[in-house]
Amino acid sequence: MRPILLAGHERALAQIKYNVDGDLIFSVSKDQQICAWFAHNGERLGTYHGHQGAIWTVDVDPTSTIIASGSADNTIRLWDIKSGKCLKTWEFPTAVKRVEFNEDGTKLLGVTEKRMGHLGTIVVLDVVVDVNAEQNDEKVLTIVCDESKATVAGWSYLSKYIIAGHEDGSVSQYDAKTGDLNFNIAIHELDSAITDLQWAPDRTYFITASKDKTAKLITADDLRVLKTYVSDTPLNSATITPKKDFVVLGGGQAAMDVTRTSARQGKFEARFYHKIFEDEIGRVRGHFGPLNYVAADPTGKGYASGSEDGYVRVHQFDKGYYDFVYEVERERQRELAI
Amino acid sequence: MAPSYDTLRDEDLDEDDYDMDEVDISDIQEKYQVQLEQGYDTFVVVDGLPEVTEEQKPKLVKFLLKKLNTVGKTREDLIFMPMGEDGKSLRFAFVEYSSAAEAAAAVRQLDLVALDKKYTLRVNKMTDVDRYGREGRIDEEYTPPKIEEFQEKEHLRSFLLDPSGRGRDQLVMYRGETVGVFWNNEKDPPENIVDRQHWTETFVQWSPLGTYLTSVHAQGVQFWGGPSWTRQKRFAHPFVNLVAFSPNENYMVTWSNRPISIPDEGHPSLSLDDDGKNYIIWDIETSKPLRSFASLETPGGPAVPGASDDGKRQKLPWPAFKWSADDKYVARLNPGSSISIYELPSMRLMDKTAVKIEGVVDFDWAPATPAREGIKTYEQLLCFWTPEIGSNPAKVGLMSIPSKEIVRTLNLFSVSDVRLHWQSDAAYLCVKVDRHSKSKKSQATTLEIFRIKEKGVPVEVVDTIKDTVINFAWEPKGDRFVIINTTEPVAATAVPPKTSVAFFCPEKAKGNAIGNFKHLRTLEKKNSNAIYWSPKGRFVVIATVANQQSSDLDFYDLDFEGEKPESDKDLTANLQIMNTADHYGVTDIEWDPSGRFVATWASSWKHSMENGYHLYDFKGEQLREEPIEKFKQWAWRPRPPTLLSKEEQKTIRRNLREYSRIFEVEDAERINSADVAVVEERRRLLDEWLQWRRETEEEVAEEREAMGLPLDPVAELLKAKTAEIAPDQEEQVIEEIMEEVLDESEEIVA
Repeated sequence: MRPILLAGHERALAQIKYNVDGDLIFSVSKDQQICAWFAHNGERLGTYHGHQGAIWTVDVDPTSTIIASGSADNTIRLWDIKSGKCLKTWEFPTAVKRVEFNEDGTKLLGVTEKRMGHLGTIVVLDVVVDVNAEQNDEKVLTIVCDESKATVAGWSYLSKYIIAGHEDGSVSQYDAKTGDLNFNIAIHELDSAITDLQWAPDRTYFITASKDKTAKLITADDLRVLKTYVSDTPLNSATITPKKDFVVLGGGQAAMDVTRTSARQGKFEARFYHKIFEDEIGRVRGHFGPLNYVAADPTGKGYASGSEDGYVRVHQFDKGYYDFVYEVERERQRELAI
Repeated sequence: MAPSYDTLRDEDLDEDDYDMDEVDISDIQEKYQVQLEQGYDTFVVVDGLPEVTEEQKPKLVKFLLKKLNTVGKTREDLIFMPMGEDGKSLRFAFVEYSSAAEAAAAVRQLDLVALDKKYTLRVNKMTDVDRYGREGRIDEEYTPPKIEEFQEKEHLRSFLLDPSGRGRDQLVMYRGETVGVFWNNEKDPPENIVDRQHWTETFVQWSPLGTYLTSVHAQGVQFWGGPSWTRQKRFAHPFVNLVAFSPNENYMVTWSNRPISIPDEGHPSLSLDDDGKNYIIWDIETSKPLRSFASLETPGGPAVPGASDDGKRQKLPWPAFKWSADDKYVARLNPGSSISIYELPSMRLMDKTAVKIEGVVDFDWAPATPAREGIKTYEQLLCFWTPEIGSNPAKVGLMSIPSKEIVRTLNLFSVSDVRLHWQSDAAYLCVKVDRHSKSKKSQATTLEIFRIKEKGVPVEVVDTIKDTVINFAWEPKGDRFVIINTTEPVAATAVPPKTSVAFFCPEKAKGNAIGNFKHLRTLEKKNSNAIYWSPKGRFVVIATVANQQSSDLDFYDLDFEGEKPESDKDLTANLQIMNTADHYGVTDIEWDPSGRFVATWASSWKHSMENGYHLYDFKGEQLREEPIEKFKQWAWRPRPPTLLSKEEQKTIRRNLREYSRIFEVEDAERINSADVAVVEERRRLLDEWLQWRRETEEEVAEEREAMGLPLDPVAELLKAKTAEIAPDQEEQVIEEIMEEVLDESEEIVA
């Protein structure tokens, strides 16, 4: 499994996203660039210019027509993938840490930072997935997080709920229509920030990664913890692989916490766990900084990781990956075949 | 500038030209005397005096006064000795001291002091006599004290019986704020027996026979044990720092760097005599202090010539009190002058005087009761060394206790330092002598081995080693040893010095005799700095510990059963490396008491990188690896010596094959059943998951249908988009065929 190294960024990576078909990769970094890449060969499709600050987040709509990005310049922007034009800019009082389209691409949520007297909020915007359409200026909904600021958020199946992960380690479920808080549950260790929240393909459950060195698989409708994956390093990201029942975790000692930087001490590896049995299955080395984001190819053929070291590594799974099954799984497959 | 009033010093006052003592101010004093204390706090009652007549009385009073004035101030007219009707004294006296503190001192120091051969003083506070002795306070009739009914204590050695019947060892782990005791489960996670938060404040320690687990607190030391893990004993030593046991678990020494200060209201177990002391020696059975000692002032002591005079602050010598192998004696070094040997349990100085050895730098007891040839009487041995003083050579001496007879001495020249290493059976004593050349430029080390058990204690010199020997270790119960040399001086550099590891063993000899010690092998270019022998001998781990760069563990077998190289055929060892391992950041290593397992750990006391432990078997095969946040300490629970006789042990060894067959079957069964359990568990998890997925998928599908939404929202969107891009065709497939020329060659066919 020789990875493709995407060396287009000059600073730490913040987020990577595959489009639905798994043939394009979008990456954003602190160097104020958004890059689009071909997943199969690592060729750069282009860049999107306009942001005036570190870009924290990016998402692509389900039809691969537009992308949304959120940045430290306090804006969310919409871009035409094909032409690279900026279609719309929404301004906010503080930086935007996370954006995500809902399942049919009609709504976009943004998580804004708590700073300068402004509380952290989750905003919802109406989006028209058409490069020629006029975008609506107004926020449809604003959820204010007065307890502990939200660090990550996402849309559940049917755009029914907005799920947010908080700085204090708790997870909240909001009604996506009214913005009412349904409930807030302490999931991770107190005051270990939740660093990532990624969905299973059908958005009925999701995985959270936290600084408490664990990742958890949680249901969307009642926030029940299904599985816990324990690692030995603070985690920055976690993703669920489609097709095979694995999860990939990424993290590593933050640069500020490492006294002597060595690849061994930093634990800059992507870790594979079995989604159902919670066992660690393997690790992939290569980065020389903490992994800031891991993303799984929606077609299940590979995954990509972005690191503090400024590189994106795109991995295509090889035969061993597909062949690997637990005896009980094989048993089950045989049963199903009959 | 004249001194201002608040900077006025005593010296300035003394310059005044009159003497305070000469001025009679008693009249003023009397007039303005403030009566601070009322009552009888300054009075003591002295009992146990001889019966005297009126004529003899002044003589007795004078005699008594001498004693009384040793602790405070009193006068002849302040002693009141009541006389009986028959003109003879009533054998007691009231004495008034000038202060209550002096009266208290008199009670403390003069009570039970012999006046002469016949009479012993009993001194009590007047107020105490009043309080406890008043009429009605004492029953006229004797009532025997109520003896509490005997309550059976918990079996403190129950830990030797493993409930699973596998003879596992226990261990304690201290991580974060939690201390837990576990059964070692080899590859599986250790089985928890008890786990408590904040069980100790600084560290935990097992007693040497494994009976008690010691926890250390600001108030003192506590012992825990038995199947219920309840508190067994308490030893109140405020701000205790360190704890050391006598080898047979009879006594304990506690040390605190803060001198004990007894509060005014007293201390539950310590008395005012212990005030200002740093060490306490305890009797474990009764948990009572036997005696306390203050720390020796080491820096002010006489300079030791030849010893490390690099100006570095000398480390606290610990254990400061060293025990003889049978707990009968405990000794402390008075550097440069003598060794104080105390007898137990009385804790009296042996022969009432310390053993004077001029210049003595270090000493050590034989770790076992020695059996010298031809010596029938009881003895313990201790060895000591003195550096070169003037033109006298440095000396290593072997002293027999209690006779204090010097059994053997060895004179040495050009000595920089000496280390004493006893073999665990006290069969050998290796004296590692660091020598310097005349110019003090080059260093060399010699090993002088005393053969204690042989007649006359012959001394054998093993090889002069050019390099500095930084570590030495005898095989426990054996006669082989390992040393680690380095060519460079050991300095606090980031890069560890290159070291070499050398193995030594005796030559083969006829009969029961032990041959001369010979060099077996040297392994060059290592980083190792520590030697850990298996407690049963034969196997040894050579490791690099507490080092940033390397952390190797090498497992050696000295009785390898394979082919023996020709060059070693006359030696009693066959060295073979069994395995090497690497435990990044390892700080400590410990063999379990049975010699089957080795635990290595990286303690957060030393650094915060990858704290946790590894577990290896004796062959060096890694069984477990567990990173644990803030892992601090691991300690195997020691076992008391075996109760089996030599013959019984031999029989077991002979039938080992049969036993091992049984054990192997048991192990296989256990592993199989464990595997089955794991598979069962996985099957359950998988079923659970699949069922949950099925339910959720159905629910969501229903919900979508109810809301009139397509089953797969994305597929619909994509279809719409495709229609938009290419309205004419349903779908357009563009196929691109690439051909790549891999190789081209031209062949000319003749």
